[in-house]
Amino acid sequence: MIRKILIANRGEIASRVIRTCKNLGISTVAVYSEADSEAPFVGHADEAYLLGGSRVQESYLNVKKILEIAKETGVDAIHPGYGFLSENADFARSCEDAGLIFIGPKPEVIQQMGNKVEARKKMEQAGLPLVPGFSRPLIDSAEAAAVAEKIGYPVMLKASAGGGGIGMQAVANADELLKAFEGNQKRAQLFFGNGDMFIEKLIEKPRHIEIQVLADGFGNAVYLWERECSVQRRHQKVVEEAPSSFLDEETRKQMGIAAVKAVKAIGYCNAGTLEFLVDADKNFYFLEMNTRLQVEHPVTEEITGLDLVEQQIKIASGNKLDFTQEEVKREGHSIEVRIYAEDPKTFYPAPGKISGLKLPEGEGIRHELAVQNTSVVSHFYDPMIAKLVVSGGSRNEAIDRLREALNTYKIDGIKTNLPLLKEIIVHEAFSKGDTTTDFIDKYIKKITV
Amino acid sequence: MAELKASMAGSVWKIVAGEGQSVTDGQDIIILESMKMEIPIAAEEAGTVKELKVNEGDFVNEGDVLAVIE
Repeated sequence: MIRKILIANRGEIASRVIRTCKNLGISTVAVYSEADSEAPFVGHADEAYLLGGSRVQESYLNVKKILEIAKETGVDAIHPGYGFLSENADFARSCEDAGLIFIGPKPEVIQQMGNKVEARKKMEQAGLPLVPGFSRPLIDSAEAAAVAEKIGYPVMLKASAGGGGIGMQAVANADELLKAFEGNQKRAQLFFGNGDMFIEKLIEKPRHIEIQVLADGFGNAVYLWERECSVQRRHQKVVEEAPSSFLDEETRKQMGIAAVKAVKAIGYCNAGTLEFLVDADKNFYFLEMNTRLQVEHPVTEEITGLDLVEQQIKIASGNKLDFTQEEVKREGHSIEVRIYAEDPKTFYPAPGKISGLKLPEGEGIRHELAVQNTSVVSHFYDPMIAKLVVSGGSRNEAIDRLREALNTYKIDGIKTNLPLLKEIIVHEAFSKGDTTTDFIDKYIKKITV
Repeated sequence: MAELKASMAGSVWKIVAGEGQSVTDGQDIIILESMKMEIPIAAEEAGTVKELKVNEGDFVNEGDVLAVIE
């Protein structure tokens, strides 16, 4: 059994993991950068150690230092959270080599799923439907144009190693493709050290719906329903909910069964998420697999009553899943909104110092916080500073509670996307569940700050 | 003469066009980096980079003047 865990992450997710560890009687070690020395998560852990400077290379990506601290503090396991080293196969391997449990799947599986071209191939073999496209890297823009011609425009140009929308662009014709290819390839090379590009057919008016899975080391796997995360800006999620108001029971079941089949086929172990695009006719297409805990995992916890971090730790400890698919609950409705320190109109980052913080309280309200009053939101890290998770017996009840909660929520001193979130939640199209990935561009014209 | 201003707070990631270089309308002059996002700051009119007010790695606030285009 795991007795002590180092959390190789920061912010709200570090606090989230520590909370479950406390419930399970597991000791915790936090690691932090100079910029984070006053951050709440540092105080939440039983022990905390400085990694180094504020830049991520000196701190949260500093594998050598993290492993040194793990060794000195005598932890059994490392929880990587999301982002940073969570999907870094080399890091997972280094943990294993150091005799530590990496709370996540095996390094080989992380590597396979981290390369989008490789993941496509594997998932196609496992029988998942794919967006029509090309399962190997394109040589150059000329080949890209030939492939696009065959698939038919519009197409989506993507970086094989990409994430967060970087290196990704929709193109409508050959001219646009030729213009976009090199720039995106360069960016992918710069950001991910890998400039491999591929092309997929552009699914028009899609929804982003993902399936949460849990798999143990004994060949058992279950799906914990879906999350719909269609409301996005800059290809990053803003609002996430479970269940999706769009899926019918049959499609939901088909997606779940397909996801479980896929994770069994790749020998997946631990919590993971399969992301799908779903078109207007409810056809679903595999997009990518995230081999880690997701930012939006709380909405799944709210409707199933499960603690996903606890499940991760139990699986990593070598336990069997102690429930079957039939025993997975689905009750009520839960919505999460991500609170970003950014300009609500341009979505440009807005670091600064928080001078006032007022949080809503009440039935069905859950907070995941990276900050407190007087926190400095640094420009070194991701702009997400908090998540507000609101649940209710029905989607309407959850929306009503969320609207009220957002009206109370106050962050002073920095710009945040709270005004944008309020506009989304009160929009008629959102109440109706008309949530395609172009929701913000299509419906949110004017933000009144 | 036009002042090129920072559209967000962050650090200067790259200076793409140096002093004395002639630039076209819409050409990237400086790339800012903040919170994992890179924002190119482009010239709003054609001209010459008269003066760079920042160095790579500097921290700037929203609205700070980065360069002067003449």
